Amino acid sequence: MTTLLIAEHDNRALSPETARALTAAAQLGGEIHVLAAGDGGSDVAEAAARLNGVAKVLHADAPVLAHGLAEPVAALIVSLAAGYEALVAPATSSGKNVMPRVAALLDVMQVSDIIEVLAPTTFKRPIYAGNAIQTVETTDAKRVITVRTAAFAAAGMTAEPAPVETIPGPDDPGLSRFVAQERSGGDRPELASARVVISGGRALGSKEQFDQLILPLADRLEAAIGASRAAVDAGYAPNDWQVGQTGKVVAPELYIACGISGAIQHLAGMKDARVIVAINKDPDAPIFEIADYGLVADIFEALPQLHEALG
Amino acid sequence: MNILVPVKRVVDYTVKVSVKPDGSGVDLAHVKMSMNPFDEIAVEEALRLREAGKAEAVTVVSIGPPAVQETLRSGLALGADRAVHIATDAAAEPLAVAKLLKALVERESPLLVLMGKQAIDDDSNQTGQMLAALLGWGQGTFASKLAIGDGTIEVTREVDGGLQTVELKLPAVATTDLRLNEPRYASLPNIMKAKRKPLEEIAAADFGVDLTPRLKVVTTEPPPARAGGGKVADVAELVAKLKDEARVL
Repeated sequence: MTTLLIAEHDNRALSPETARALTAAAQLGGEIHVLAAGDGGSDVAEAAARLNGVAKVLHADAPVLAHGLAEPVAALIVSLAAGYEALVAPATSSGKNVMPRVAALLDVMQVSDIIEVLAPTTFKRPIYAGNAIQTVETTDAKRVITVRTAAFAAAGMTAEPAPVETIPGPDDPGLSRFVAQERSGGDRPELASARVVISGGRALGSKEQFDQLILPLADRLEAAIGASRAAVDAGYAPNDWQVGQTGKVVAPELYIACGISGAIQHLAGMKDARVIVAINKDPDAPIFEIADYGLVADIFEALPQLHEALG
Repeated sequence: MNILVPVKRVVDYTVKVSVKPDGSGVDLAHVKMSMNPFDEIAVEEALRLREAGKAEAVTVVSIGPPAVQETLRSGLALGADRAVHIATDAAAEPLAVAKLLKALVERESPLLVLMGKQAIDDDSNQTGQMLAALLGWGQGTFASKLAIGDGTIEVTREVDGGLQTVELKLPAVATTDLRLNEPRYASLPNIMKAKRKPLEEIAAADFGVDLTPRLKVVTTEPPPARAGGGKVADVAELVAKLKDEARVL
């Protein structure tokens, strides 16, 4: 059997989520090919070829693939699908956008967001915001799978890169057109793959105070910034900083929750972090139940102290 | 332009679900049920488009047992014009739901299908994309802004690292993200009025769609517990522990 893994990238660099999804794909058994679909992107294809366990990279290079629009990307994947028993992508916003379209075109029921591979057709996946874990077995002849990358370690690199084969891009289905892209967060690490995440909650009180207290610490720790849904709803932080079931699911080495009480929906997004720090003035906040290091303190005093202590 | 809004009846988002001890699933007995919050946002957006004169009529549709009519009535109470209940006792998976919706779209010919990006029970995040695929339409997923143009719709999407705006040819499917709007509450007079609005019932079997599940649920279990609860006295102790004990600094 052969698996096609869809690479996550921005045409310039391969995203670390690809290496994590590769670990899940490898557990299916069989050979793994990686599809790097984009415009330009030869660096992406070469980086994918250096991932340990990849047998071949397919590099589709066409202007219609420049912005990862679901309609042409899905058409390309479907055109390749005959040669593969499994199609796998990281459950990023692009994987979530493209893969169900692929699955429907192949008449396959996708398995979303897997966190464990029990057997080549049997997987664990969270439901109800991670409040239950379901084990499902697919009966489809072909498998379409998205991978919750936080649940898998990244595959390593190899000194002997796999061959890169250039393949033609798809025709433009003419259904969609790219208009604009707006980035938030500047040069900070991506929330989903950052080593350290510092998150703020509603206790920050305003956008100004959120920026004043959280941003300098994030700079000092080279951390990505997260926020609770309450902080996002209150307008203190943009929506794509939201950690939780309705936002991003993260599993960094270190997660620092500042002024976050710990609603179920937030915990679902960060409880797999290796080390959790919680700073909150309410000693009964549920976040303390899962924190390795809880500090009952006023964030307006503790965060400046923390910044000072870190030097 | 008519808008079709599929809505799903799910466990209310404020309920902490519990797993049945025998591993057969989540305990749904005597649990409060509501419209999936993302679908509520879709209903709201459809109503706003109608109120802005961009759409003529809003139809809500739900698939399931008789109880989903309650969810449809709440959609009508919010302001939808009519409702369709596709009746089945089978628990339809996203692929089967997309096939049923495709059949309904072919009968109703809406120019826009607006629906939640995911249901908060199975968290699949598939149905909208699958429906767009089966119809051969464009898709605008995770929308935080919609703008109807001339035969087109511009969708601003919440993506990793920012926002992406795409223009789709109509007809199209759009799925809603949290920040698209804040849904209204149904007023008492509108709840009363909703009882007299048309609600059509069609048997799922009439569409000739195979609803047999493709995924077999082997078991459902609670998530592994995390051993937390550790406390530090002050910032100095926190930093020391992070350096020496956890070795993350």
